[in-house]
Amino acid sequence: MSSIVALTGNDAVGTAMKQINPDVVAAFPITPQTELMHKFADFVANGEVDTEFVLVESEHSAMSAVIGSSACGARSMTATSSCGFALMWELLYVAASCRFPIVMAVVNRALSANINIHCDHSDTMGGRDAGWIQIYSENSQEAYDNTIQAVKIAENPSILLPVMITLDGFIISHTTETLNILDGKDVRDWIGEYNPKRSLLDIKNPFTIGPLDLQDYYFEHKRQQAEVINNSYDVIVEVGKEYGKLTGREYDLIEKYMTEDAEIAVIVLGSTAGTTKEAVDILREEGIKAGMIKLRVFRPFPYKELREALSNFKVISVLDRCISFGAYGGPVFNEIKAALYGISSPPEITNYIYGLGGRDVGIEEIKSVYYDMKRISEGEKVKDYINYLGVRE
Amino acid sequence: MKLLLKEMAKKEDLLSGGHRACTGCVPADVLRQVLLAADNPVVATCATGCMEVVTTIFPYTAWKVPFIHSAFENSAATISGIETAYRALKKKGKIKDEIDFIAFGGDGGTYDIGLQALSGAMERGHKFLYVCYDNEAYMNTGIQRSGATPMGAATSTSPAGSVIPGKRESKKDLTTIVTAHKIPYSAQTAPYNWKDLARKVKTALAAEGPSFINILSPCYRGWRFPMEEGIEICRLAADTCIWPLFEIENGNWKLNYKPKVKKPVEEYLKIQGRFRHLFKEANKHIIEEIQTEVDENWENLLQKCGETQ
Repeated sequence: MSSIVALTGNDAVGTAMKQINPDVVAAFPITPQTELMHKFADFVANGEVDTEFVLVESEHSAMSAVIGSSACGARSMTATSSCGFALMWELLYVAASCRFPIVMAVVNRALSANINIHCDHSDTMGGRDAGWIQIYSENSQEAYDNTIQAVKIAENPSILLPVMITLDGFIISHTTETLNILDGKDVRDWIGEYNPKRSLLDIKNPFTIGPLDLQDYYFEHKRQQAEVINNSYDVIVEVGKEYGKLTGREYDLIEKYMTEDAEIAVIVLGSTAGTTKEAVDILREEGIKAGMIKLRVFRPFPYKELREALSNFKVISVLDRCISFGAYGGPVFNEIKAALYGISSPPEITNYIYGLGGRDVGIEEIKSVYYDMKRISEGEKVKDYINYLGVRE
Repeated sequence: MKLLLKEMAKKEDLLSGGHRACTGCVPADVLRQVLLAADNPVVATCATGCMEVVTTIFPYTAWKVPFIHSAFENSAATISGIETAYRALKKKGKIKDEIDFIAFGGDGGTYDIGLQALSGAMERGHKFLYVCYDNEAYMNTGIQRSGATPMGAATSTSPAGSVIPGKRESKKDLTTIVTAHKIPYSAQTAPYNWKDLARKVKTALAAEGPSFINILSPCYRGWRFPMEEGIEICRLAADTCIWPLFEIENGNWKLNYKPKVKKPVEEYLKIQGRFRHLFKEANKHIIEEIQTEVDENWENLLQKCGETQ
């Protein structure tokens, strides 16, 4: 059973959380995540979930609390944005390194200073190496679907890693869209019960977690952690397929749009993928062989899939909604370039930093990126590899 | 509450020997005494610090109870999550045992960096005991001053210099700060009086809500005294009224120990190297200041507890 509803991104994730009915949710308010937790607080207040709701005094404590509850075998969730995410940074590593399958929604927002409440990806990109699986959403439907899949991925006994799903602040979180939602019971049946092997509350089998780990073991533990997240590709793909059987909406690590015969393509993540699809449609009418690759999963980084998907293009442009100060381009650009190194006749690659602090990016701007690529594909020399889209200079 | 040392001695020590604490470490003794006093099974956490570091060097652990270490400033937030999970899973019938929850933290992790998390957890009313083992400086990182370091003490970041003679600020009154959260039980104790400590732990764990015990835990490395004197120093702290033993149960202040003769603070200061410089002629006024402050605090406490001098 499914139904079509009109929800904002925040409400869509809140609804998914209601249907998941976690044991523990910890929350601290930060714009634009706030309404997600308002929605969930209503469910708690009206007895629509069994969740114990902890309203902590900071995001640092929100992550600390779900670390504690997850260590007890409780299905645990939280949500945040921007500076709240930055405040959690220390604990992001603790959660991943202790292998706690916490699910967190991050409503992407720019980092201070100057303070800005609108969307960019600097927050989650800053946490990209913390050991969490990262899944980006294009719209409310995906935010809803990703939240449900995240539970199943995180709790897979061979993975047991925290998963963050992201949705673009305001652009998705505060925009009402129509989406398909499942029946709550179907969601719970599909994700199943979480009964981990170990729990701190198992007083007959005491164990110590989070010990002091020095030169003689720490490195091996980090090596194992690298192995685990590298093993999660298959689980993410498998869960995406299973979810497809349940809903008709199958998910993969990346999504290809009009790439079959495309010569030039944009690589993008989050809500701008939707705008880019519109741009591609228009360019196709103009006879330009444009395509798009949406990066859904950024961690683990799907380098094999990208190598295969990108090798036939003449030119690709990576859109980064994040600035990596002092680096040669944005984080997505850098990783894609690294993934393509060594393949025979790789495409020319350019980078566009865009949309910082919620700066709107429209179809015309995306089209301009394709026109730049088209000229390069026809032999024009690349003027700038690192470009800034839609900024006054 | 009847407490017999003979009976307590028969109980299994929940912190095993062989950990890496210094010989004569009082905080390690505090951990053992607290765990011995608990009647229900315990789940524990500890802030980053000496006690966490010396008890958990991988692949060993001294903890015979389930134990988690997460970070420095979040012991109270971590236990909040644990206690919440307990309620959630008990409600669903997945857990049946009665379990007590104890969060440990040193003074750095409690008075300073962990104060926000502690305050939040107290305000939210989780049922757990927070134990601060107060050794009056950041000992694990090399004896840096904290909000718990007393006035006049020399530490590695408040050294006794030729211009500045040790820490210039007074010790933060954490027990009163925590009590202001109107939690059902808070107390101060010291391990020289095992009976007082054990009774307070039992009372705290029986409280319907958050409880807090601040335990003076001398560190001979940081305080510079002979390693076997830690417990005696605690006794002197109580006899000089520098560290009074008291408790606040549902808002009622009660004094638990009143020395027959209140000793001068010099008795306590002179055996600790961290105060040695105060006995130089130029610094002796600081000893007077310390005495005045101790007298005022003691008067204040007596009044709160309805006692007379």
